[in-house]
Amino acid sequence: MTDTLSVEHLNLTFENENGAVLALDEISFSLARGEILSLVGESGCGKSVTAMAIMGLLPPGSAKISGSIRLGPTNLLDLNEAELRNVRGNRIGMVFQDPMTSLDPVHTVGMQIAEVVQRHRGADAKAARSRALEMLDLVRIPDARNRLQAYPHELSGGMRQRVMIAMALACNPEVLIADEPTTALDVTVQAQILELIGELKSELSMSVILITHDLGVVASTADRMMVMYAGRIVEEGPVERVFSRPSHGYTAGLLQSLPGYGSTLRSHLTEIAGSVPRLDHRNPGCTFAPRCRFATGHCNAPLPDAHEIGANHRSLCIRDTAVFEAISNHEIVRAWA
Amino acid sequence: MLTYLAGRIASAVPIVLLVAIFIFSLVNLTPGDPAVLLAGDNATPAQVEVIRERLHLDQPLPTRFVVWAGNALRLDLGESIYSNQPVTKLIAQRLEPTFVLAIATLILTVVIAVPLGVIAAWKVNTWIDRGIMAFAVLSFSVPVFVIGYLLAYVFAVQLKWLPVQGYVPLADGILATLRSVALPAMALALVFAALIARVTRASMLEVLSENHIRTARAKGLSTRRILVIHALKNAGVPVITVIGIGFATLIGGVVVTESVFNIPGIGRLTVDAITRRDYPVVQGVILFFSVLLILINIAVDMSYALFDPRVKG
Ligand SMILES: Nc1ncnc2c1ncn2[C@@H]1O[C@H](COP(=O)(O)OP(=O)(O)OP(=O)(O)O)[C@@H](O)[C@H]1O
Ligand SMILES: [Mg+2]
Repeated sequence: MTDTLSVEHLNLTFENENGAVLALDEISFSLARGEILSLVGESGCGKSVTAMAIMGLLPPGSAKISGSIRLGPTNLLDLNEAELRNVRGNRIGMVFQDPMTSLDPVHTVGMQIAEVVQRHRGADAKAARSRALEMLDLVRIPDARNRLQAYPHELSGGMRQRVMIAMALACNPEVLIADEPTTALDVTVQAQILELIGELKSELSMSVILITHDLGVVASTADRMMVMYAGRIVEEGPVERVFSRPSHGYTAGLLQSLPGYGSTLRSHLTEIAGSVPRLDHRNPGCTFAPRCRFATGHCNAPLPDAHEIGANHRSLCIRDTAVFEAISNHEIVRAWA
Repeated sequence: MLTYLAGRIASAVPIVLLVAIFIFSLVNLTPGDPAVLLAGDNATPAQVEVIRERLHLDQPLPTRFVVWAGNALRLDLGESIYSNQPVTKLIAQRLEPTFVLAIATLILTVVIAVPLGVIAAWKVNTWIDRGIMAFAVLSFSVPVFVIGYLLAYVFAVQLKWLPVQGYVPLADGILATLRSVALPAMALALVFAALIARVTRASMLEVLSENHIRTARAKGLSTRRILVIHALKNAGVPVITVIGIGFATLIGGVVVTESVFNIPGIGRLTVDAITRRDYPVVQGVILFFSVLLILINIAVDMSYALFDPRVKG
């Protein structure tokens, strides 16, 4: 399997007058061709920032970034702004969380799809328009021809998100990054959008990074998942595998907050107590330890690199065996999977 | 759209009525005899009597208002005490220079202010932004006539590129006309542009922080396209509103500027009428400007739909 995208030792710090905030700490992962990789974690753990780093859309003044982000052979961090513009919307498409505000309210959806085709494909207005129509059909928008003229406010949230997807995919990108694409939608529409993303992934043979904090979404959609905590990837592996053998205290906590998962533990672990720490310096130990019910004194010592738990399954947790044993004592219900 | 327009015009009727009552009261409710007031300082008792009769001053106030308003509707605003010419004709004669000056100012303003505001917002908190805003504050705080005299001194007196004063009618060639209004339009535009540039910048800053701009960037669009096609169009409504409001300021400025540059427009007519206490002309000019402002307001409201499809016509 060839990797479409490969991120290595990505570190990101935001510097401003009030000091520095460490947002990403040694992020490494790769995205295989044709897979859906899900990025999960609490609010503020660095999911969006990871996406923005890949897009090259971080504020150039305050964001200090190191490492590499390879798309094919190219390290995106070596590209200048003009070269990055040729990647964005063309080789990497992005869909954002809030379809209500992510489309330009004063232009028709047809124009907003067509312009990205014109920009990257050098298509003339007519060709770009027919491509826009094709895309609206592709994302299963009924009566597409008439919808070309529609303004975003004339469409429902689900339809707008379909338009966003059409726009992101109009130039056949190798990678689609969807940052909480369904969070703002109601449940039935959520399912339809996720299904659409899954189908289009196969039809267009692209790779998808699906950012979410909803483990139900992960279970139903993703092939592989990465769990992020405070700027680090704490666990990574195939979805089935991580769900059945969580190997990090944080992953265990997340899973147990799901209805129907490890029911006996739920009573005291519905929500993980405490909140994500803000880091102004690198903490060599486990940043989750203060909130972790499995933590021991060793967890504050400098952490070794992530270790293999099994095939393609890695964890940063030194207590992974304890975590697994605690969880596996209880029946795992995966009704939602 | 048309019903909306009709509605807007209908809703302007009471405003026009209020303005008319105000202008009517100006002369008719001030202490003293309106006939004497209207006749001016040097009128003979016979002249005063003529005016008294013509304006039906022996009739009760409401009747007089109806007669006056009825005449105004038929564009009969009375006659000038000074020249005995119909006020409507005096205004019509002076329309061209003022109109040309106002349009030239407006174009110049938009051409200067909108790009400056856009650039300032794009380069927010850099020295470019600060420089543009400092220029805006400066040109807004200097009175029009100071800028006017300064421009006249540099470009007309010293460099001799442009005429010092006067107006060349359109009939004598548009180029000459434009040369004759270049300096006064520039003087007015500098003041006006300061306001528009600030509003453009503020409005752009707000739009640039919106989510759809992030989407536009994620599409790989060029900076220029993002700024002009996406941000500026979204920022248009406040900018157009201020251009409309600024027109009120502009009319004040036109009065001053026409005096400084000796342009025979409505501004000059106003100043002359006031100094000569030519009340019918003053009344007429105020009514004219009021109706003009109301019309501009309607035009501004109508133009919102051009920028924002959510504004339903
Ligand atoms: N431009 C910025 N300047 C400074 N700090 C930033 C900036 N953008 C993000 N951060 C910080 O980086 C951290 C990660 O933010 P990020 O938006 O990636 O979180 P997230 O995981 O996407 O959360 P959510 O689920 O709420 O979307 C946060 O602590 C945030 O405050
Ligand atoms: Mg986010």
